[in-house]
Amino acid sequence: MTNVLVCIKRVPETSGQVLLSEDGQSIDARHVGYTLSTHDECAVALATQIASATGGDATVLTVGDDEAVAQLRDAIAVGCGSAVRIEAPTQAYGPADVAAAIAEVVKARAAHGTTYDLILVGNDATDTGDFQVGVRLAYALDRPVLTGIKSAEVTGGRLIARGDGPSGSEIFELDLPAVVTVLEGGVEPRYPSIPGRMKAKRTPIEDVDAALPGEPVGSGRVKLKLPPQKPSVVQVLGEGDAAAPAVVDLLIELGVVGR
Amino acid sequence: MSATIVVYVEVDSAGVIETAQETLTLARGLAAEHGGAALHAVVVGPVDDESTVEKQLGSLGVVELHRAEGEDLAAYAGSTHAAAVVEVVQTTGAEVVIAGGSPRGTEIAAHVAVRTDAVMAANVVTVDSAEPLTVSRQVMGGAALEEMRLSTQPAVLTIAGHVCEVAPAPEPTVPQVNRFEPAFTDADLRTRVVRTEEVESDHTAALTGARVVVGGGRGVGSADGFNDLLELSDLLGGAIGVSRVVTSLGWRPHHEQVGQTGSRISPDLYIACGISGAIQHWAGCQSAKTILAINNDADAPMVTKAHYAVVGDLHEIVPAINDEIRRRTVGA
Repeated sequence: MTNVLVCIKRVPETSGQVLLSEDGQSIDARHVGYTLSTHDECAVALATQIASATGGDATVLTVGDDEAVAQLRDAIAVGCGSAVRIEAPTQAYGPADVAAAIAEVVKARAAHGTTYDLILVGNDATDTGDFQVGVRLAYALDRPVLTGIKSAEVTGGRLIARGDGPSGSEIFELDLPAVVTVLEGGVEPRYPSIPGRMKAKRTPIEDVDAALPGEPVGSGRVKLKLPPQKPSVVQVLGEGDAAAPAVVDLLIELGVVGR
Repeated sequence: MSATIVVYVEVDSAGVIETAQETLTLARGLAAEHGGAALHAVVVGPVDDESTVEKQLGSLGVVELHRAEGEDLAAYAGSTHAAAVVEVVQTTGAEVVIAGGSPRGTEIAAHVAVRTDAVMAANVVTVDSAEPLTVSRQVMGGAALEEMRLSTQPAVLTIAGHVCEVAPAPEPTVPQVNRFEPAFTDADLRTRVVRTEEVESDHTAALTGARVVVGGGRGVGSADGFNDLLELSDLLGGAIGVSRVVTSLGWRPHHEQVGQTGSRISPDLYIACGISGAIQHWAGCQSAKTILAINNDADAPMVTKAHYAVVGDLHEIVPAINDEIRRRTVGA
């Protein structure tokens, strides 16, 4: 029986145009909306897969404000059994603070008999792209950590995980407990069923106040800016299939035809 | 002791990998601005051809090479490589630790940051040498930049791929080589790779190394809709790359995904068919030297950001291009 904790992040959608808040301190996502960070979707799917294969539980956790509860409910709708929200002023938090806040909750629960054998985190967040929360969390809990894992299973308390290395598919085997950061591409994200959505509405979210060991480290952010917009230089070669000769002229000019 | 910048250098059978060469180029510039700091490299574990690597590092201006060796390094683990880098940081008193933004470089940087109680900036594009170190780094897949202050010593950062072109040092060096066996704890050794399975055909390498990539997005319409694109890719000796929606819908396999959470490509030519150009995808294809967009929406971001465009139905345009290529290359 493997109890899995999967830590997720609410992030702005990356399908639309990026706008910044007036003070340059945050992304203004009012018009594009929010979603679950991409790799986190796969981490949630892997958490429910491992929990159900071993008869354990999958708990979803986030560090955030009231609105982040929507993403916790999304994770419940696809199979997580319970949810924890660590209430924290995320604007003042950097990745070290997020990891520390999660570690404190994990330690407090362990002291009360609730342990998480496996902790899954998305490899990196689609908004801040810090690439370090999972590693920092593992050190804070004195656990081994694997990053960039695409698929994993637990057999007899031992974790067998697979990721892409520079010369092929790399396999890791280690005893639990452990922390794993999950990369998209090995586990299909799950989509909620109607009963799943109903359950997500009914399941209570456990709220916990963040307790950091000290003052927040912060993100070091001075300000956000948008890269300079290059004026469009597009040269339209034509419309429809009549443009084919012009396209092939270009391909020849670029030296990619008749090589 | 003069200031030192330590770069974690990843090598493969061909020598120093491109991301690491880019990183060393940027680090050398920083070292020069940083009061003439010394550029050190750390190479961890077995290397096929030591002399080639030493020459490459010398051509990039490295003055000292720290070679971590030992049986425990035969199989990769992020923790062992990080332990080796941290030993070098401690012996040199390095002020800045830099790794390439490859998966391994990023993993090791995160470990090193925790072990040295440092803050870490990922996917940095420019470094300001002022104290404290301030960097600009990619967030939102590169659609926005964050100016970030790194107030710890060492400062730990990774360099985003393709933001700096590899350039040799004006005066090549012969690096002094310091061989050492790092000390590991049992915990460091727990996460070593147990075995590596070679993939029959390395699709990802074929995509990231392709000179021409033919891309398809939602506009392709179906799995069968890719047939014309596959044919075009064959005619140009290229590879297929797709947007995230295409893999989510199951039309094409995930290893073909180009974007923030897929491969980042830099081909000579990217032909984007039926791709709107959302941030997620643009993050992976913006380094293409030339982009040709084929789209029925003349206002789609992919069209306005491209160098060339054809407006219309890709299912009419792509077969016509294929016919035209065949017509012109018959008997060629």
